[in-house]
Amino acid sequence: MKFGILVNEGPYQHQASDSAYNFTKAALEKGHEIFRVFFYHDGVNNGTRLTVPPQDDRNIVNRWTELAKQYNLDLVLCIAAAQRRGLLDENEAKRHNKDADNIAEGFRISGLGQLVEAGIQSDRLVVFGD
Amino acid sequence: MDEMTGDEVIKKFLYLNRKAPYGSIYALESLEVVLIGAAFDQDVSLAFIDDGVYQLKKNQETKAIGMKNFSPTYRALEGYDVEKLYVDKASMDARGLTEEDLIVPVEILDEAQMVELMAQQDVILSF
Repeated sequence: MKFGILVNEGPYQHQASDSAYNFTKAALEKGHEIFRVFFYHDGVNNGTRLTVPPQDDRNIVNRWTELAKQYNLDLVLCIAAAQRRGLLDENEAKRHNKDADNIAEGFRISGLGQLVEAGIQSDRLVVFGD
Repeated sequence: MDEMTGDEVIKKFLYLNRKAPYGSIYALESLEVVLIGAAFDQDVSLAFIDDGVYQLKKNQETKAIGMKNFSPTYRALEGYDVEKLYVDKASMDARGLTEEDLIVPVEILDEAQMVELMAQQDVILSF
């Protein structure tokens, strides 16, 4: 089956982020296809490479990056939600005259149309949120 | 279920709005998806349940909390061909609201009808 995944909550703050990761990983290991993982609301915070969790805890951002690398996953941060919350890639940082970018490897920033497209193209869109 | 018109897939999308308009950003960002999503010409419905029914309340005044009153946008949805708005009767009753309290025309559904509406959908985006 082809799944789209929507992640609406930030890492560590809310279990939605962990559940989305676990679901995505399990689906891939069972041979299903993930059309796209779209991060919205505070979910965009899953895509900052500047998180420094305690060493004895899981590294949620790195986990997504590793999974993306292994399965060639499409991880997309909503641009409007990302800008509000200070998530920038190199181009966006330049465009808005900011002195840094912080997007993690394996993620990209794009528009909400990518979420609607995931709904259209996937057999199931699974929402992880509050 | 999916309808095919030429090579275009038309799916039934339901935006399920469950939260009050200003205590968190869910309502505003949900509306942003609806507006962007309208460009995809899908079969769109919006449902409002729990505190989500407050999103449609008339006479919202947000100056004192320093936030933009985005409720007029719900009236503009018609211009985006988003015309199917449903509210949950029990949520309205529990909050002392009637249809006259709302800024847009809606269809009021009881629990069984809401369940039926959800069962008909291809995609449900819950905010």
